[in-house]
Amino acid sequence: MIEDVICSFCGCLCDDLRVEVEEGKVAKVRGACRLGASKIMGHDRIAAPMIRQKGELVEVSYQEAYDRAAEILAAARRPLLYGWASTVNEAHQKGILLGEEVGGVVDSTATVCHGPSILGIEEKGLAGATLGQVKNRADVIVFWGCNPSEAHPRHALRYSSNACGKFTAEGRSCKKVIVVDVRRTRTARNADQFLQIQPGTDYEIICALRMLVAGKDDLLADEICGIQKADLVKVAQTLKNARFGALFFGLGLTHSRGRYKNVDNALSLVAELNAFTKFVVMTMRGHYNVAGIGQVLAWESGFPMSVDFSRGAPYFNPGETSAADLLGRKEADAALIIAADPAANMPRAAVEWLAKIPVIQIDPFENPTTLLAEVVIPSAIAGVEVDGTAYRMDGMALRMRKLVETSFHSDKEILQGILDSLRRLKDDN
Amino acid sequence: MIIKGGVVYDPANGIYGEEMDLCLEGGRIVEETGEKDVIDARGLMVMPGGVDAHSHIAGPKINSGRIMRPDDSRMGVEPRTGVCRPCTGYTVPNCYAIGYRYARMGYTTAFEAATPIIESRHTHEELEEIPILDKGALTLFGSNWTVMECVKENDLAKLAAYVAWGLKSSRGYGVKIVNPGGGEAWGFGANVKGLHDPVPNFDVTPAEIIKGLARANEMLRLPHSIHLHFNNLGKPGNYTTALETLDLLKDIKASRMRQVVHIAHMQFSAYGGTGWRDFDSKAPEIADYMNKNNHATMDLGQILFGSATTMTADAPLEYANARLLHQKWSNCDIELEESSGVVPIFYARMMPVNAIQWAIGLELALLTKDPWKVLLTTDNPNGSPFVNYPEVIALLMSQAKRAEEISRVHELVTKRTALPSIEREMDWSEIAIMTRSASARILGLEDKGHLGPGADADVAVYDIRPDEVDPSVDHALVKKAFTTARYTIKGGVLVARDGQIVAAPQGRTYWVDAEVPQADTERMMADLKDKFEKYYSVRLGNYMVQDEYLSRPQVVRAGTRARVEVAQ
Repeated sequence: MIEDVICSFCGCLCDDLRVEVEEGKVAKVRGACRLGASKIMGHDRIAAPMIRQKGELVEVSYQEAYDRAAEILAAARRPLLYGWASTVNEAHQKGILLGEEVGGVVDSTATVCHGPSILGIEEKGLAGATLGQVKNRADVIVFWGCNPSEAHPRHALRYSSNACGKFTAEGRSCKKVIVVDVRRTRTARNADQFLQIQPGTDYEIICALRMLVAGKDDLLADEICGIQKADLVKVAQTLKNARFGALFFGLGLTHSRGRYKNVDNALSLVAELNAFTKFVVMTMRGHYNVAGIGQVLAWESGFPMSVDFSRGAPYFNPGETSAADLLGRKEADAALIIAADPAANMPRAAVEWLAKIPVIQIDPFENPTTLLAEVVIPSAIAGVEVDGTAYRMDGMALRMRKLVETSFHSDKEILQGILDSLRRLKDDN
Repeated sequence: MIIKGGVVYDPANGIYGEEMDLCLEGGRIVEETGEKDVIDARGLMVMPGGVDAHSHIAGPKINSGRIMRPDDSRMGVEPRTGVCRPCTGYTVPNCYAIGYRYARMGYTTAFEAATPIIESRHTHEELEEIPILDKGALTLFGSNWTVMECVKENDLAKLAAYVAWGLKSSRGYGVKIVNPGGGEAWGFGANVKGLHDPVPNFDVTPAEIIKGLARANEMLRLPHSIHLHFNNLGKPGNYTTALETLDLLKDIKASRMRQVVHIAHMQFSAYGGTGWRDFDSKAPEIADYMNKNNHATMDLGQILFGSATTMTADAPLEYANARLLHQKWSNCDIELEESSGVVPIFYARMMPVNAIQWAIGLELALLTKDPWKVLLTTDNPNGSPFVNYPEVIALLMSQAKRAEEISRVHELVTKRTALPSIEREMDWSEIAIMTRSASARILGLEDKGHLGPGADADVAVYDIRPDEVDPSVDHALVKKAFTTARYTIKGGVLVARDGQIVAAPQGRTYWVDAEVPQADTERMMADLKDKFEKYYSVRLGNYMVQDEYLSRPQVVRAGTRARVEVAQ
């Protein structure tokens, strides 16, 4: 039995799991949610490195895969190195070095996820806290455009609406929970007040709340985008009367009309609430270490995503240097995809272009991206077979444990292998 | 390696500008060496490598600064070279830029001034990526629940056991206290207003926290003293808090040959006035106190005009900054331990408050007689990024330069500060003390800040011929020379030559392992385990920074048990 195992599924990074290992395999996962348990138990793996020959993926050695990957990257004029959300910082560091050496663009899945949140933070900053602070103090919790009951199943009990802490000993009963969403989610069932807004009206609703918080009630119409003013007044009062409030938001805010401006507006609302009480805000990050790649990129390059190394120095201009745009414009001419599945998640135009250029995939598991990859390199599962660092949604760094041995190479080793092949290739020329 | 014919300034060993050869071998200064490698330093100024004892260089705060300031990262861009990783940023540079830029100025050591225990894994991840420099991090204890409870119970042994454990958990080097109690009060949006204002829900005062931690620090015989950021920092009239706090620590006995308290960025706590309107300098009062007492040292926290990024564990201060400046604001409350904030700032010459702040820093340095008590810092990047240290050096060495500057800043400087009347001009030795020798002594780094046999082979050679240069007149030349060392040697390896990085070895990370009686640790852990069960969002088993995060650890031993001191 291994204690205090950290879950490698979502941005909650629950660190209280217990895992039973039998004959070198994970036999049982205790204390995790179903999503986390299923991830740690694992499923069908890519068995061996493969290179596509005449349309078919053919098994090869790791070294052959590295050499082919290096050839692809060396021949490319605009390589994209994308993914990173489901692997550890140690792999990120190696990947960024590789990105520098090939003059590529390094981007993470944040670009199609909480990218707008990062842009919002660039505009306004982020008034945040660690999740333990929320657990110990928050008596008002707002979930906006997120559905932790299904996406972050243990969030409520461990950290937020249902957690017990020093100043919140009675747990759920001493808290007020507000849910804002376009549909009645499972999370909404746990709400004291549910605000069902029309799709694409987040910006207007936040504006209305900011006006109410600022005491400009009389300037507001009786109905705002289908929501009664009285309902918003009630929300605003709850926010202002909080002893400690916490706003959690998800892709409902970042991917509806207004995008980063929605986030900018929400961050402003929270900053302004601090004139009346204590209020913090947090992004509900999805993959367990999507926050980590943002941190590592920031300290290594100065920018948290979409970093273009083609000039030799980091350059950042999301919209121009973000993965979906590079692909959609048919600009990238090779891609290394690691710990992500853009074929399933990117816009259609981007995926269509991805199918036309040479793709190197590094992943433990087969996914739609495998179908269009030219080189497939199976990796050890970070957080199960490899230890390393991951960042929780609140920026807390934790060290993932290695639970079982493996013969697969780690992401870091694979990237180093490609780097070595690439350097040999350059020396030969 | 032999550094030949330099004019050596090594104040710690009583050497004030003597022509001599330096022998370096195995990463140390030695009496003589058979090595053939020679650096020709004939007539040039030679000093120990620079040591920065207070700088924000790694961890969540600085990375938040990078993330919220892409405008800053677009400055200072340098492409990668055969030796160097690419660089970005000015006030919040990336890790590589931090290492290279310090090294170019002849600095070889820098200490991160504040890391919460629970966030230290992140801090060490960044420290590891800073090339060349030796480094360390001071650990935050000032708003910590366990600390406050031990202080409340008046259980000094338990407090010492916790401090030792906290240092180990964070792989930290010393005890940092920021606005004690304020970080906890900020958990509900409040602050503590003075030394004797009780911390809400904990029934202890900042004064009690400071005294308790100072006593524990001495009980543990830590190499560094407590490192204190005063309450009320950044507020008009706060010099009384500063003096009152200093008096509080007067009768605590140091366990080593050093100060009892080091005051961080004194400039921000030397303010008079009842508000920003009648804001004035109380630097003369502070300097007078420092001249009459010997238990405290300080660093300047000099501000310079231009862009900066304020970042501190004093979260209420950052909120106030954001409101005052209408700036973007980042905050991070840290469960059971601290709070923190980040706000960009621009110090303007014609803004009366900024001009007075600028003068206060210089006054503090110039009016405090003993340079061993004052370190030259900008509280990087709060007052200005560290790359501007040479500007401060030039200001301290030349009254003419100060007069020139005073004529270009808001006129209130002449009415609200004593700066225009100060004639003192510092000499090379005093600059050497304030930028390396005193920093090392105050931190308790025995092998740094001097060039005696056995010292680390960290050496800076500057393009200055002390015989020919009159810093009072040639201040532009002084600034230029300190901006770009002719040679920087780190651990016996030439790392920078005329501003070019020629090697980037991995530096060491210092941390303090302090031994305490097992019984005290057990008593402390019983309470702490309860906190992990109930309040922390992280398990005890996942809390402590693992060895993997320090590739070259330099462990300094300390502890409550008296050690046999080697006779000097």
